[in-house]
Amino acid sequence: MPFGLLRFGMSRHYPEPRMFRCPDRLKPHYDAVIIGAGGHGLAAAYYLARDHGIREVAVLEKSYLGAGGTGRNTAIIRSNYLTAEGVRFYDESLRLFRDLSADLDLNLFYSRRGHFTLAHSDATLRTMRWRAEVNKHLGVDSELVGPEVIRRECPRLDLSCGGHTPVLGALYHPPGAIARHDAVAWGYGRAASQRGVEIHQQTEVTGIRVQGGRVAGVETSRGFVETGKVLSAVAGYTPAVMEMVGVRTPLEVHPLQACVSEPLKPWLDTIIVSANLHLYVSQSSRGELVMGAALDPYELHSTRSTLDFVEGLAGHLLELFPFLGEVRVLRQWAGLADMTPDFSPIMGKTPVEGLYLDAGWGTWGFKATPVCGKTMAHTLATDRPHPLIESFRLSRFEEFDLVGEKGAASVGH
Amino acid sequence: MKLMRCPVNGWRPIQEFSYGGTFRAMPPPEECSDRQWADYVFHRSGAAAVKKEWWCHLASGVWFIAERNTSTDEILRTYLYGEGDHHE
Ligand SMILES: Cc1cc2nc3c(=O)[nH]c(=O)nc-3n(C[C@H](O)[C@H](O)[C@H](O)COP(=O)(O)OP(=O)(O)OC[C@H]3O[C@@H](n4cnc5c(N)ncnc54)[C@H](O)[C@@H]3O)c2cc1C
Repeated sequence: MPFGLLRFGMSRHYPEPRMFRCPDRLKPHYDAVIIGAGGHGLAAAYYLARDHGIREVAVLEKSYLGAGGTGRNTAIIRSNYLTAEGVRFYDESLRLFRDLSADLDLNLFYSRRGHFTLAHSDATLRTMRWRAEVNKHLGVDSELVGPEVIRRECPRLDLSCGGHTPVLGALYHPPGAIARHDAVAWGYGRAASQRGVEIHQQTEVTGIRVQGGRVAGVETSRGFVETGKVLSAVAGYTPAVMEMVGVRTPLEVHPLQACVSEPLKPWLDTIIVSANLHLYVSQSSRGELVMGAALDPYELHSTRSTLDFVEGLAGHLLELFPFLGEVRVLRQWAGLADMTPDFSPIMGKTPVEGLYLDAGWGTWGFKATPVCGKTMAHTLATDRPHPLIESFRLSRFEEFDLVGEKGAASVGH
Repeated sequence: MKLMRCPVNGWRPIQEFSYGGTFRAMPPPEECSDRQWADYVFHRSGAAAVKKEWWCHLASGVWFIAERNTSTDEILRTYLYGEGDHHE
């Protein structure tokens, strides 16, 4: 290895193959421009090139690849949602995730863990029974289980929660999984780049030019680019981008924080979520406990971290796992969650012809990366919303036709 | 600790307050169209800006207006509804 490193240091050229090409100038025209090199934007670029033969595509990223929610999430993947629309959509994503490592030729560390959402009250138990029935009806592996199953699968958990909020049962979703979020973005980026897509980092979209109700191009920090199709895939930055064309959305941005502990020997192989305690935790392949809690309580467009968050989280974590009292927190961070009033995403066409929207990803968008890429590529290529996303259209709010995922999302993701 | 000034109770820790959303003028429910009503109910000016917001001091139940920069989290002014506008 030292020799390899030396060669690296001495070489005038980059001695290893790059994950993706970094072209030094923007072309004057592309068939499609994607704003945001998060997982969603990169996946859409990949499927546009692979499935629809649209390769003159530029993905424009104001920062670095994966700088947004894609590189900040706690990587939980599941499909046990509450509405039929949601379950079908997320379950297709799970199917795509399962062979994505092979498809992208990159190890995504996709790891099936089993996902428990604990219920500490009768009301929660009732919603879970409802969810389990919807899930089973749609062919998703999901069931309501009692404390004995939880004890078997996660023996270190204190089911009595110190005596004051005992666990009554859980919604158990065996296919629940985690994956390396960076690898998902890099894998899609590389595969898209191999098919001709250009990824431009440090390139901010500052305006969208509209002529006669149609998209004509985008203004960027590096000049104007002509294009007839633009996909906005900027999650927490969506309101600012939509403001460029005067399109109103119901999005409200709140920070969502997370943290990891120091690495521990493997002891937790399931994903544990408690809606009542606002907590979720899993153990990564490095041994760190990856932990999150509820959304920050008020609107803020900043990725600052707070002590309130870790304090609250630690208190609840100790109710479930009292033996973790000595364990230290290693890192803490935040990302921006673009929340919708019904906890479902906003996907599809907009009032501006040629402008497509993939947003409203709040706390739950990582797991949807593959299916978003696929359905948004279809929508862009055919100018028709993919059947799986029709009910997530932006106009549903004006039509008072919401897709209420709220019951399932008290702890989001 | 982050502090906020309640117009009645003075400076208190932010944990004592609850956020009530951006202040928005309600269109006349009887006269406006369904579209205007939906716009009022659902749509937000979601981009970062200095915004006028509803806040409540939980311990005393006082509702008031705060002007806050939603990208830096700086609270610029707080005042009771109907009072602060005079200074503008
Ligand atoms: C702490 C945390 C935990 C989470 N946990 C989970 C979880 O367990 N499971 C789950 O499914 N989801 C989870 N999420 C949600 C998930 O991370 C997001 O919904 C998802 O990553 C959104 O991906 P995206 O590709 O749409 O957007 P992003 O990854 O946010 O990418 C958007 C990109 O657009 C760029 N951009 C913005 N404006 C411009 C502009 N004007 N010009 C050019 N580029 C621009 C940004 O720099 C950014 O890179 C979590 C989120 C957070 C913050």
